[in-house]
Amino acid sequence: MSRLNVVLALLLMACALALIQSQHRSRTYFVELERLKKQAHGLDEQWGQLQLEQSTWASPARVDTLARTRLGLIAPPNDRVRIETLTAAP
Amino acid sequence: MNYHSRKLLKLNLAPWRMATVGSLLLVGLTVVAARAFYLQGLNTDYLQGKGDAVANRNLTLPAQRGQVTDRHGQLLAISTPVESLWARPGELKWTAAQQAQLAKVLGMPVSELSKKMARKTRGEFSVRRPVTPEQAVKIAAMGVPGLHLRREFRRYYPAGEVAAHVVGFTNVDDLGQEGVERAYQDWLAGREGQRQIMRDRRGNTIRDLVPIKTAQLGGNLALALDLNIQYLAHRELAAAIAKNKAKGGSVVVLDAKTGEILALANQPIFNPNNRRNYKPGPMRNRAVIDTFEPGSTIKPFVAAAVLERGLFHPDSMIETPDNWRVGNKLVRDTHPHSQLTVSEIIQKSSNVGAVKLAMSLTPQQYWEVLHRSGFGELPGSGFPGETAGRLRDASTWKPVEHATMAYGYGLSVSLLQLTRAYMAFANDGEVMPLSFLKREPQEIAGERVFSPSVAREVRAMMESVTQEGGTGMRTRVPGYRVAGKTGTAHKLVDGRYSPDRYLSSFVGMAPASNPRLIIGVVIDEPSGGVYYGGSVAGPVFAQVMAASLRQLALPPDAPETATLMTHNALRAGGGA
Repeated sequence: MSRLNVVLALLLMACALALIQSQHRSRTYFVELERLKKQAHGLDEQWGQLQLEQSTWASPARVDTLARTRLGLIAPPNDRVRIETLTAAP
Repeated sequence: MNYHSRKLLKLNLAPWRMATVGSLLLVGLTVVAARAFYLQGLNTDYLQGKGDAVANRNLTLPAQRGQVTDRHGQLLAISTPVESLWARPGELKWTAAQQAQLAKVLGMPVSELSKKMARKTRGEFSVRRPVTPEQAVKIAAMGVPGLHLRREFRRYYPAGEVAAHVVGFTNVDDLGQEGVERAYQDWLAGREGQRQIMRDRRGNTIRDLVPIKTAQLGGNLALALDLNIQYLAHRELAAAIAKNKAKGGSVVVLDAKTGEILALANQPIFNPNNRRNYKPGPMRNRAVIDTFEPGSTIKPFVAAAVLERGLFHPDSMIETPDNWRVGNKLVRDTHPHSQLTVSEIIQKSSNVGAVKLAMSLTPQQYWEVLHRSGFGELPGSGFPGETAGRLRDASTWKPVEHATMAYGYGLSVSLLQLTRAYMAFANDGEVMPLSFLKREPQEIAGERVFSPSVAREVRAMMESVTQEGGTGMRTRVPGYRVAGKTGTAHKLVDGRYSPDRYLSSFVGMAPASNPRLIIGVVIDEPSGGVYYGGSVAGPVFAQVMAASLRQLALPPDAPETATLMTHNALRAGGGA
């Protein structure tokens, strides 16, 4: 009888320690999760800003002006355009 | 043993002293008990709340507004977090040096800054919203008490004024005010989430107290718009407005097969990124909201109506005297011809001819064709403020009105509505429902307006408009067959037709063999000397059409010789 009690007491002790351990682990993981969420959020925001920046640089108006002024491009005159018709492969 | 007999223990206490001490103790005990009861029993919620307030936090999870893109995923509107600078004047403590530094960071004179800060408010107010990320870093580093940065979302429109009328804009509270932003507010907005957390002494989140209510992010929206075509339409329209010294104008580009709105540009324009100095005038989406009398662009519908009833053939000859009297109204042609076929009436835009055709129908019959084509009805694009135009009931028409209706006076339309109606000619008689949103071809069903043969015959007539002898020779596009109709209408000013103020319009389609695009152009009050629809609106049409066809890589359908005949569609350095 008393031996069983001792075993149970030891088991109880072990469980208590395990509980502490898992509680601690849960806290640590939670903090880590929060950190990563925050990071993901930050990256999302950065992605949005990069998209915004990209579309600002690539706006047709800007490309048009740069092509004409800096690169000196023009639309090809009609006699310089040749239309090729693709024939489907047999 | 008798204690009482012991001398030492003998207390000579008067009974009143015992009573006093006893009752004082009792009172003390009662006070403590009452206090404990007060705190634990009556006031527990308040105190528990105080305790929680230290450790627990309610967080609002912001719902980012959805993006708006064009059909290829090019960004048209995006929300991105920005920092803004707020001040609480009551807590503000700073030195003159710090004040000078802040003024320098914000790029404003010190005097202006201190004037701004001298505001006597108890709460807080925004000093600058938003500040740039670089400014935010510097301000945060200063760490002045009473000044803080707050994070909020701001809407940006990378395409700026180019797509402003379609996309619209939001107000400071992120509510859609105009355009697509308003029409799809509920879809774009999303819903805020809630979260309750517990924090430790250092401010780390240690656990969630209740399950997280996740924020529902705003939905993204892909418009039917093609930003490249939109830009071309915007650019060519702006150029034409400047060249013709016009008051305004609009361009609509439709996909003839799907009813999608590929481009919609207006002049004057506004910049949706600049929230200051908003004026309602330039913000109006004229192509959808404003109506005008269509003038000669209505004539193809007259032709379709008479062909449909078998009253005439495209080659039937009609006497077209210089003048033609209906009631007390004299109908005139600017370029008279004694005889014209039905086809030539369209080609040369003869008013007399059109009136004679329309008068061969009863008002009810003519009204029915116009009604079926969508005049007097909402075009159904879902755009806020969309107008139905005006088409009066046939029973109220006087003979004069019946006649003027044949060349486009007495009814009013929006450009979007008119361009949509032309879809019947482009699409072999079937009109597809309009859409500002991108959609898959299989999910739409059209509405039959004309029989395929009538639609093709009228299209052939409209093709002659752009050929030798037609009113729209400046609307040609090299390599492609083009069909369309010019319109030049006197404007109604104070209830009378102005002799020298016009609306020039052109609606056309290409490639005429199997039209893929329909473009409607209207120019308001050109005052640069020319005012005919073919000369003012026509070139805009040709430029936008040429560039758009190239953009879509559609195979040319015109014989090689047609290419050599024209030079207007690609002026040197003009096309893109």
